[in-house]
Amino acid sequence: MRIGGFVVQPIIGMEIHVQLATRTKMFCGCPLEFGAPPNSLTCPVCLGLPGALPVINAEAVDLAIRTGIALNGKISSTTRWDRKSYYYPDLPKNYQISQFDHPICYGGFFEVPCEGRILKVRIRRAHLEEDAGKNAHDFEGCTGVDLNRAGTPLLEIVTEPDLESAEQAREFAVQLHRLVRYLGVSNADMQKGQMRFEPNINLLLMREGESWRTPIVEVKNLNSFRSLYGAVNYEIHRQVEAFAQDGLTAQVGNKSNRGWDDGREVTVAQREKEEAHDYRYFPDPDLPAVRPDPARVAWLREHTPELPAPRTERFISEYKLPEKDAPALVDHHDSADLLDHAAEAGGDKVILGKHFLSFWSKLANERGCEIAQLGVTAASLAELANLVRDSVVNATAAAQIAGALADRPEIPPATLARELGLVQSNDRGEIEGWVATALAENDKAVRDARDNPKKRGAARGFLTGQVMKISGGKADPKVVGELIDELLANDEPP
Amino acid sequence: MPAEITPDTVRHIARLARLQLSDAEAVAFAPQLSRILEYVDQLGALDTSAVAPLNHPIELFDVTRADEPAPTLGADAALRNAPATIEGHFRVPKVLDSGA
Repeated sequence: MRIGGFVVQPIIGMEIHVQLATRTKMFCGCPLEFGAPPNSLTCPVCLGLPGALPVINAEAVDLAIRTGIALNGKISSTTRWDRKSYYYPDLPKNYQISQFDHPICYGGFFEVPCEGRILKVRIRRAHLEEDAGKNAHDFEGCTGVDLNRAGTPLLEIVTEPDLESAEQAREFAVQLHRLVRYLGVSNADMQKGQMRFEPNINLLLMREGESWRTPIVEVKNLNSFRSLYGAVNYEIHRQVEAFAQDGLTAQVGNKSNRGWDDGREVTVAQREKEEAHDYRYFPDPDLPAVRPDPARVAWLREHTPELPAPRTERFISEYKLPEKDAPALVDHHDSADLLDHAAEAGGDKVILGKHFLSFWSKLANERGCEIAQLGVTAASLAELANLVRDSVVNATAAAQIAGALADRPEIPPATLARELGLVQSNDRGEIEGWVATALAENDKAVRDARDNPKKRGAARGFLTGQVMKISGGKADPKVVGELIDELLANDEPP
Repeated sequence: MPAEITPDTVRHIARLARLQLSDAEAVAFAPQLSRILEYVDQLGALDTSAVAPLNHPIELFDVTRADEPAPTLGADAALRNAPATIEGHFRVPKVLDSGA
């Protein structure tokens, strides 16, 4: 892109904090609940009381490994815990337990469909750490500290600087959000701060054969895709302007932190203590190293599910789902699996896709659950799709049968179709009777269909609908259409 | 040889540790800290190229717990020893959010 006389190439890396979906904290058994009374979910470990001993949550380690594998990363054979020192009231131990030089996962990549191609973003590392507590500032003249959040397990994912625009940064974030939810490793509820983004941004500026790199800025704690997009875009323009004024280039030690002001849509410099980055990492003597079980790692690698982005592509091509509808269906992991199972059971794929997006979604919605939780088996879904394919029932009848199936999933769809009298009739004599009734009852529509070229289509559609209604949904729409045309042609104007 | 500790380094470390040192103390401690580092630095004379790094002084691995909730202290007990509280929170002097 070109800004202010420069050719500008943004260089963007990302740090993402993902709250893992465990029941309890990283190093103690305090439950994780959002909105509990302040300091009610605490114990000597997360309060940082002297003599308390942290113990590693095995589930958090497992969730981290699953994420690492899905990100095509290597899993460390031995992963270690370090103390990262900083002194704030929301971190009562005065250090955060994190992982410095032996992270649980390193060296992966994540493929993101973006702007019509696949963007390959390298993952430098992913490590486990504990969250800090919360400072409450809404008190007069003092700050209140709530340590309920202290010790919440976080996975910090760090990418290489492979992103080149705000669009790419946002798309990466959206797909990563989908991924962790899909894997079930995090609820990633952004409003609860369960996923936070920190882009590192600088620019390669070029003009007249010369080039410069602007100082790196890290924008802290973004918790929506919109603010991530806004912050990256704002920084790109701000850094061009800043360089035009001060000519500063990236040097060791001149990286700075900024925050995002959501109201004004600008990034603002954060006041920093000079020793802010003097973290003095050292191995935590309280915690022995963890050696992930190689058999478990191998099993997980073997059983990594098809990931959301490629699965979405496949659903679009195999089930002919519209591009706008496919992601939502894929994101309901169990329902997406159910669709695949119904197809494996021999169901017509295109019809299954239509059914999922129409009446199955509607039924699930009405019952406040996912399609997979309606209790209808893959075999029944397949059978119903094929009843439509084979013209045994029509599309309207299929929706009725689906409703009945959701109530009585143990009854085969064909049985329900007969029971409800929805088996399609292609008995021309019977259908002709229904068509004649419909025409006799709808003079105006008949006249429109016969004599008014402008209204013909609509009137014919209306008459077909009337026939379907009179037949109780049993008439084969194809035969109905033929007979309406025949009868209209014979019905001379008076 | 480790880098010589200067009084400025002493002041920096003291600030990180929230210790208040007088200028005289910073000057006095600088050579003492240098000598301590020199003493530890003797370990550098050993050839450790064939020795695996030690993760932990105790040869213990994989001490984990199941993800099962345990009883909490509860807010009252948690706050009992706090010097000051406000509406169920630990009360501390006004701070700017660290954003960390």
